[in-house]
Amino acid sequence: MNLGYLWGIFLGSLHAMVPITLTATGEVIGESSGLFNIGLEGIILLGAMTGALGAEVGGPIFGLLVGVVTGFAIGLVFGLVCTYFKGVQLIAGVGINLFAAGLVTFWLIDLGVPGHHAVAEKGQMVDISTPLGDFSPMILVALGLPVLIYFLLYRTKLGLKIRAVGENPQAADVAGIKIHLLRWLSTAAGASLAGLAGAYISIDWMGSVTKEISAGRGFIALATVVFSGLNPLLVLLGGFIFGFFDNLAVWVATMPAVQKVIPWQFVAMAPYVVTLLVVAGVIGRVRFPAAMGIPYERE
Amino acid sequence: MGFSGNLDELKKTIIAGVIGFAVGALIMMVYGYDPISAYRALFNGAFGDLYGFSESLANATPLILTALTFAIGFRGGMFNIGAEGQLYLGACAGVTVSLFHLPFATGFALGLILAALAGAIWSLPVAILKATRGVHEVISTIMLNWISLFLAFYLVAEILVDPLRAEKTISIAEGARFPVMVPGTSLSYAIFISLGAAIIVYILLWRTVIGFDIRAMGYNPLATTYAGIERWKVILFVFITGGLTAGLAGAVHVMGRPPTYAIYSGMPSIRGLGFEGLAVAMIGRNHPIGIIISAIFFGGLMAGGRMMQLFAQVPLEMVRVVEGAVVLFLAIPELIRLFSFLRTMGTLHIFRSKRS
Repeated sequence: MNLGYLWGIFLGSLHAMVPITLTATGEVIGESSGLFNIGLEGIILLGAMTGALGAEVGGPIFGLLVGVVTGFAIGLVFGLVCTYFKGVQLIAGVGINLFAAGLVTFWLIDLGVPGHHAVAEKGQMVDISTPLGDFSPMILVALGLPVLIYFLLYRTKLGLKIRAVGENPQAADVAGIKIHLLRWLSTAAGASLAGLAGAYISIDWMGSVTKEISAGRGFIALATVVFSGLNPLLVLLGGFIFGFFDNLAVWVATMPAVQKVIPWQFVAMAPYVVTLLVVAGVIGRVRFPAAMGIPYERE
Repeated sequence: MGFSGNLDELKKTIIAGVIGFAVGALIMMVYGYDPISAYRALFNGAFGDLYGFSESLANATPLILTALTFAIGFRGGMFNIGAEGQLYLGACAGVTVSLFHLPFATGFALGLILAALAGAIWSLPVAILKATRGVHEVISTIMLNWISLFLAFYLVAEILVDPLRAEKTISIAEGARFPVMVPGTSLSYAIFISLGAAIIVYILLWRTVIGFDIRAMGYNPLATTYAGIERWKVILFVFITGGLTAGLAGAVHVMGRPPTYAIYSGMPSIRGLGFEGLAVAMIGRNHPIGIIISAIFFGGLMAGGRMMQLFAQVPLEMVRVVEGAVVLFLAIPELIRLFSFLRTMGTLHIFRSKRS
């Protein structure tokens, strides 16, 4: 096993970390404001679908934008239900997941090939070629965005307001902050990143859309948020850990020697087992906004 | 919750249902399908004749059980979405019994018991992680669902595989199957297991001390601490009971559904029954009686969906789109007042002068 081989694994992990990091960074914004969105899984799925179709029309960058807009739109629906209408967040999230799973499967059948749609060549993102290997420009976005969001949340007045709304909405309300509006926009902004993550998976990473393309990544992102304790910089670390194990299954598939000893099904479990263990390990030390998950009602 | 409360729940469910179907119709129109003929085929296929209705009931059989899993948790203020994974292992356990040649009654009983146990065991990590480490059940159940999926893939492909036909597992031994109730349909006597489980859950939740504790914790977790209710006991009970019913759901599906009585590779007929059950529970307002009704309705959508696909060429998955929309709107507590609320919000924005 030489150095180039290890570098290949590292690059693979970086590609796998992108969707998890993007989604989790978005969810950090939403959860900071007090909304817990378990519909991320469905948003990734829908973003993958619309993003792929958008890319086939207007190229990969346009496809990514379509993914962002899709995520934002679903986020607006979720946010509306959970702020002004005081909806139960977990139920609304489940509704989005069911809706997205149904719609994407329906859509794939409508496109002609049930269950699978390969993104046309002109819609696929071109990797940047360097002497060190090919990598997707989206890796840079996924590495940079958490830093940006960290500054937004912890170094700006807007970030302070978002966190105030999640921590103590009564006090924020008295201070003149529009609770519902800020939560609504925060969760929609967060959801737009999940849409981007979905579009990245289909346009860039996998090059196709399947009805199971999100593969639990929305929930792994939720676990990453738990791991991070709402610190976007720790999302980077968590995203890399989970990305590494997500990539592991792909990597092992190229090694018949390992497959003889460990059946592929057990390797495929790895990202989920690791997520469970990591969450169980860190959970005691993280603290979440006091008002997270609770609809705000004026007294 | 008195009678008027239940009536409100019913009204709300109906409103959400109507909106859900409207959203479905809208999407069908966008994709160029005819929603009216689609819905006509759907309802005719589901409830139009004895065959359709029997199929609807057959589809409802596992859904009642997975919905109970969610409902028990929800009544206790927990969001148990682990039925999906527990169901896979229940189904595998049901098939495992047929690896051995057992006398009729033993094989039948053992299949059900092992399946229920498999579901319960798979729910244990969730309960333990929640009680001791405070891990949210949404994350742990989803992770365990995925782990269970691959474990079941392994079992189906390597351990339980039919030596003659590699694409499926061995079939349940004939003596261990539920007899068919309506000849020529998929409806077997397995539905009585589901109905029985619903009654037991009802008694458990509303007629026993532990049931009271569960519901108390759902209303106000803080007050239960003061009332001396031990939280970890309630958590353990909720998840184990939920695991039992989810495991059973897997068993009734493989032991009680003609014609295959086996699991196919990739588990196409089993996957999704757990999440479907979640929607069933929500629409049945997490009450065993409501769940039975909504499971039959959902089973009908699945049965009628096939007819919709056949006669109106609308893909079966449309049904799930409608379900998702219904659940999303059910999340809104005061859906009944939503329309008047929307009106006031509109007028406020138009007529309200600047806040003083």
